[in-house]
Amino acid sequence: MITHLKPSSGAHIGTPVTVGHIMGQVMLALTPATAFGLYVFGWPALNLFVITVLSALFFEAVCLKLAGRIAKPVLMDGSAVLTGWLLAMTLPPWAPWWIGVVGSGIAMILGKQVYGGLGQNLFNPAMLARVALLISFPIEMTTWANVSPLFFSDSPSISDSWRITFAGLTNIDAVTGATTLGFIKTEFSQNHLLPDILKDYSEILNFIGWTRGSLGETSTLFLALGGIWLIRQGIIQWHIPVSLLLTVAVLSGIFHTVDSQHYASPLLHLNSGAMMCVAFFIATDYVTSPNTPAGQLVFGAGCGLLIFVIRTWGAYPEGSGFAILLMNSATPLIDYYIRPRIYGRDRKGKPIEINKS
Amino acid sequence: MLSFFAKPRIRGGVHAEERKAATANLPIVTDFPLPKKLYIPLQQHVGKPAEPLIRVGDKVLKGQLLAYSQGMISAPVHAPSSGSIIDVNDYPAPHPSALPIRTIVLETDGNDEWVTTPNITDPFQLSPEDISLRVGAAGIVGLGGATFPTAVKLNMGRDNHVDTLIINGAECEPYLSCDDRQMQERADQIIDGVRLMLHSMVAHSAVVAIEDNKPLAFLAMQTAANPFPAIKVIQIPTRYPMGWDRQLIRYVTGKEVPIGCRSSEIGVTIHNVSTAYAVHKAIRLGQPLVSRVVTVSGGAVARPLNIEVPLGTLISDLFVFCSVNPSHIARIVMGGPMMGDSLPHTHLPTVKATSGILALTQSELKNTEEQPCIRCASCVSVCPAGLRPLDMANNIRMNQLDVAVDIGLKDCISCGCCSYICPSNIPLVQYFKYASGEVAARQQAQHKSEQTKRLIDARNARMERIAQQQAAEEQARLAAKAEREQRQAEQEVTT
Ligand code: SF4
Ligand code: SF4
Repeated sequence: MITHLKPSSGAHIGTPVTVGHIMGQVMLALTPATAFGLYVFGWPALNLFVITVLSALFFEAVCLKLAGRIAKPVLMDGSAVLTGWLLAMTLPPWAPWWIGVVGSGIAMILGKQVYGGLGQNLFNPAMLARVALLISFPIEMTTWANVSPLFFSDSPSISDSWRITFAGLTNIDAVTGATTLGFIKTEFSQNHLLPDILKDYSEILNFIGWTRGSLGETSTLFLALGGIWLIRQGIIQWHIPVSLLLTVAVLSGIFHTVDSQHYASPLLHLNSGAMMCVAFFIATDYVTSPNTPAGQLVFGAGCGLLIFVIRTWGAYPEGSGFAILLMNSATPLIDYYIRPRIYGRDRKGKPIEINKS
Repeated sequence: MLSFFAKPRIRGGVHAEERKAATANLPIVTDFPLPKKLYIPLQQHVGKPAEPLIRVGDKVLKGQLLAYSQGMISAPVHAPSSGSIIDVNDYPAPHPSALPIRTIVLETDGNDEWVTTPNITDPFQLSPEDISLRVGAAGIVGLGGATFPTAVKLNMGRDNHVDTLIINGAECEPYLSCDDRQMQERADQIIDGVRLMLHSMVAHSAVVAIEDNKPLAFLAMQTAANPFPAIKVIQIPTRYPMGWDRQLIRYVTGKEVPIGCRSSEIGVTIHNVSTAYAVHKAIRLGQPLVSRVVTVSGGAVARPLNIEVPLGTLISDLFVFCSVNPSHIARIVMGGPMMGDSLPHTHLPTVKATSGILALTQSELKNTEEQPCIRCASCVSVCPAGLRPLDMANNIRMNQLDVAVDIGLKDCISCGCCSYICPSNIPLVQYFKYASGEVAARQQAQHKSEQTKRLIDARNARMERIAQQQAAEEQARLAAKAEREQRQAEQEVTT
């Protein structure tokens, strides 16, 4: 009905920024953290990364085929690669190949295409997939490889990596362990206290990412840098990351001050790649976050609150995905209630009064 | 600190690449060769079309009245040159549809001979009403593109005791530089026009607002305004759409015009710099509005220029003069690239609203390959009116026009910021214009069907009444008959 109207009205010119450009910039911002993650966890991580991204593309293409659409231009917009990429970053680095495939399948089919494709989904596809995997395969999704960088003698070689990815780990206990948050959780259950638990915790190693964690989520430094760069590029707005991080900092600050034996400090919460990844790259997903600055502040604060609650008391210490999904479902509501004020009208939409002064 | 929390003075907007340099440094060309024929539409303004008072075959002089203004909101049309009238008929209008409108065709005689114009020694002796009358009689309308009759605005300003007159020298549309050049070259005349407008509105202060990307124009205007303390010349930030009257009013005065009100109701009136120049010419020289400065620019134009042309000049004539290469043209736009409309061909006249004619090449145009909306919210943040273009477009796509209207469709000013910024190349403004048209059409249709229904109802009621009447009469007749028969029977019995 309107699709074939040739544009006769403005704007006849436009910004050079396209969807592909935006996706490209986000990938660029993710590259340092990803590269570092791949280095720290070696060949098995690279296998998983490639498998996850390729299967995301594959599932997107299949869905488009089934829907009778031409796949190539849609695949070229970069959104499928980005979803696969983000998902891979949140997976345990040495997870078996099928975790990546199943995850991508969930993300692309259930997370995106059943809603009608790009821009239509309610939930962040990568987070939906991650949470589904975490619930379905709790063992594989919480097996965290030790730091084993490329080209170190103890690290798996390429041939080892094929075995790890396709046949699974054999000597699990020797090469894996817990993340900081998971460790705190289990130690608490044995009635240990924080100062004791964190004897071996190193701020600086966590900061650069020399620690156990998801494939691309270990480095606070690289993820924060990437995120700040994205804000400077104007690709994302500051509202969500700032309100999210601030909320976590304030809440953990309060609890830590009250009881420093049981509640981790704000520094420990914020000095986490996973936190940075969520704040800058996951919560800021255009499609599933509100579209006004005020709405974004509310959304970010909500995410921060839920993340803190889940991390502190929840069963899944690395479960910020749940927080994101919950807030995703609140996004339509936030957008409904928080709207910009229309020029010449008050917040309720009535024409503003003329004050004769 | 307090000002940090105060309402922001500029909302939304985009910083588009200006592309003004090609024309902004060249003087206005005033020796455009007089075209053989001029096509003068009778409606070049908001309001009722003018009514012609000449006949085919008449000889007219430059500046002679061709069609008079009809009704409260209208404007007359004058002969842009001397010659003879060869047709009064429907010709394509400079509009995307190029639908025909009533147009006077004037064949020029080459003499360009003026009618005798009255000589006014001191216009400040004239009464304010008299100035508005003369401005109205000169056919002056808002030359920034709004084309609202200037005299009506002056009268409203006077009636509402407006205290501030804002002169819009923002010229925020990319490519266009006709106002910039006029301010540089004709600053004294423009300031004179501003003073005349102040006199006509009985207002005391004027603010000339110029975007800070036009330093030369600013200097020239400042120098010209120096002797007159009532006129202040200020610089404003360069940001489209700074020249949107309501945005400018808020920036300059801090006041916001309520929806559904005219700016004069909050004590402000806004006019364009070119309009001020036209007022000067009308009052000081007695010359009606018969020409205007037009920016001809764009990638397909070999000789981009600002030209003063007689109204009614065909765009094709302009393009020949500016050496436009037709094979490079991807789109012809009248006005600026943000709000202007594309034209289907060049056999269309320039009118009072024509601030620019652009011949754009493919590489200058926004890509039209539409992709799905990624909800990036850029369109929300650039909308100066505070709307949510993505939601409106969604509703329109799903044919929920009422919802679109509810969330602000009618408050859209078609500024084009949202279309400009959208990374998915969604022609948002196109959607909104389509929907507004559709809503208007539906309302009209509903109005019509309601009227028809009323007529049918009335007819039914009438028919029913007649039927009832007939039935009642029939009954009365039957009753009378029965009575008669009974009486007859009784008589028969008694006899
Ligand atoms: S700018 Fe375009 S893609 Fe972004 S939210 Fe608006 S309509 Fe959607
Ligand atoms: S065209 Fe309308 S919706 Fe788009 S930015 Fe301008 S006012 Fe807002």
